[in-house]
Amino acid sequence: MYYCGKYPIISKTTLAKGIYSFTVEAHEPAEEAHAGQFAMISAPGFQLRRPISICGIDKEHGTLRFVFEVRGKGTKAIASLGEGDSLDIMAPLGNGFRIPEGKRIAVVGGGIGVPPLLGVSSVSGELCTAILGFRDYSRIILTDEFKRNGCETIICTDDGSVGREGMVTFPLAELLEKGETSAVLACGPEPMLKAIVKMCEVYKVPCQVSLEQRMGCGVGACVTCSCLTVRNGKEFYSRVCKDGPVFDSDVLGGDFHG
Amino acid sequence: MVDLSVRIAGVDFPNPVIAASGTYGNGECYTELYPISKLGGISCKGMTIEPKLGNPPPRIAETPSGVLNSVGLQNIGVHGFIEYYLPTLKEEGNVIIANVAGATVDDYIAAAEALDASDVDMIELNISCPNVKAGGATWGVTPEGAAEVTKAVRRATAKPLIVKLTPNVTDITVIAKAVEAEGADALSMINTLLGMRIDIRTRRPILKNNMGGLSGPAVFPVAVRMVRQCYKAVQIPIIGMGGISTWEDAIEMMLAGAAAVQMGTAIFKDPCAPLKVVDGIADFMEQNGIKSLSEIVGQCQEW
Repeated sequence: MYYCGKYPIISKTTLAKGIYSFTVEAHEPAEEAHAGQFAMISAPGFQLRRPISICGIDKEHGTLRFVFEVRGKGTKAIASLGEGDSLDIMAPLGNGFRIPEGKRIAVVGGGIGVPPLLGVSSVSGELCTAILGFRDYSRIILTDEFKRNGCETIICTDDGSVGREGMVTFPLAELLEKGETSAVLACGPEPMLKAIVKMCEVYKVPCQVSLEQRMGCGVGACVTCSCLTVRNGKEFYSRVCKDGPVFDSDVLGGDFHG
Repeated sequence: MVDLSVRIAGVDFPNPVIAASGTYGNGECYTELYPISKLGGISCKGMTIEPKLGNPPPRIAETPSGVLNSVGLQNIGVHGFIEYYLPTLKEEGNVIIANVAGATVDDYIAAAEALDASDVDMIELNISCPNVKAGGATWGVTPEGAAEVTKAVRRATAKPLIVKLTPNVTDITVIAKAVEAEGADALSMINTLLGMRIDIRTRRPILKNNMGGLSGPAVFPVAVRMVRQCYKAVQIPIIGMGGISTWEDAIEMMLAGAAAVQMGTAIFKDPCAPLKVVDGIADFMEQNGIKSLSEIVGQCQEW
């Protein structure tokens, strides 16, 4: 079940240069939403809505939080909105993460792939280890909130300016080596996701990844946001919006596997 | 209450607003927002006799007042459509139009024969898809090709036959007349205009298919012009489309010569846009004392 409507923006903050956090009052969509789903947000003056992942769901207060980065003119137009304006959204859309109950999991995020994992951390709390990678100290977002949710939080930066230097796959390998992790949930740049999927195959740990693609309708109608998947040994295009955005890594095709 | 109904090729539509092929799936994606019976009809996702994989992504890009796409007719095949989607569509929707494409004339015939035995109300012959290598628009860009496919499908089915035209031609009226002569019951137009965008940083086309079909408000004046030209050239009814996003656009398209309209790209921005157009047309009729939409079709007074 999804809704389409205009919902008031009740708070807007800047998390890093060009990265914004919007909270909207949207009772019905918040009631339906779960971690890993997304919204199609209308960009004033543009034809296509922009797919933005849901970062936070507050069912009690009926709010949804979106954290997004200005990537082009459309996201810039959305970022120009503020408190008092309304956000025209279709939400919640797609399949979110399936969070194993009562088991230790790892969430692994890179850059603007981090926000959809925050919702997972609020469900899993102390059972969740968060490995979050950023380009440098200036791009770090949301890490304190993962800690507040009770997660062991490992920060990596490409230049080592904060936390560990290098890729998220190094601490992930150490974690998987311990053998306590029952699932890995990941979102971020495609090369990072591919590395994580291959690593999970080595350690035989189930992995879910959230994919990104240019979208049209957001609800499965236009078949533009495709990604290669495999069924019965045959590759075909699934829809990121409707069949994903979260996929079990073993259904992904292309060069996702080792 | 005004009478919004229109009749095209013997088929009655409760209102003149139809969802355009490729933008509405097979009706299953918007049922959470409103009953699809509020639309006059639905033109289903373009289908081929065998399932089709489609083009690699990215398949869509925004352009000034428009959208470029290169889906490439990904679909589950005619038989899959009939089995999985058609029963629900027939139950929940009004006029169901099957949009049919193929690489060869035999493909078109096989698809039309399968659909002839099904419950679809009409067949829309897609000879205008710009995103496939074989078939699609290669048929629609010459009067001979368009006539050949139309003739073959006309023999294969007794269903009312709409032929969907491509705007990527020198003179669209020549194609329109050719398909009319071979037994088309109606025309729908326009399919997308072939376009291209390039990322200036990577120097790569944004679409993996390099080129794609342009739709949205950017193409609306082109569509109005072509509908007008064909209205004056043929006797069969025309379903007008291309960038319609408001009721004013729909009325304008009807004044140009369209007996009904299809909406596509506008649905991405506002899934409820077709319903707003239906309401807007009803208000316009009431305010202007129009009893039937046939009173305005083609009634543009040219200078």
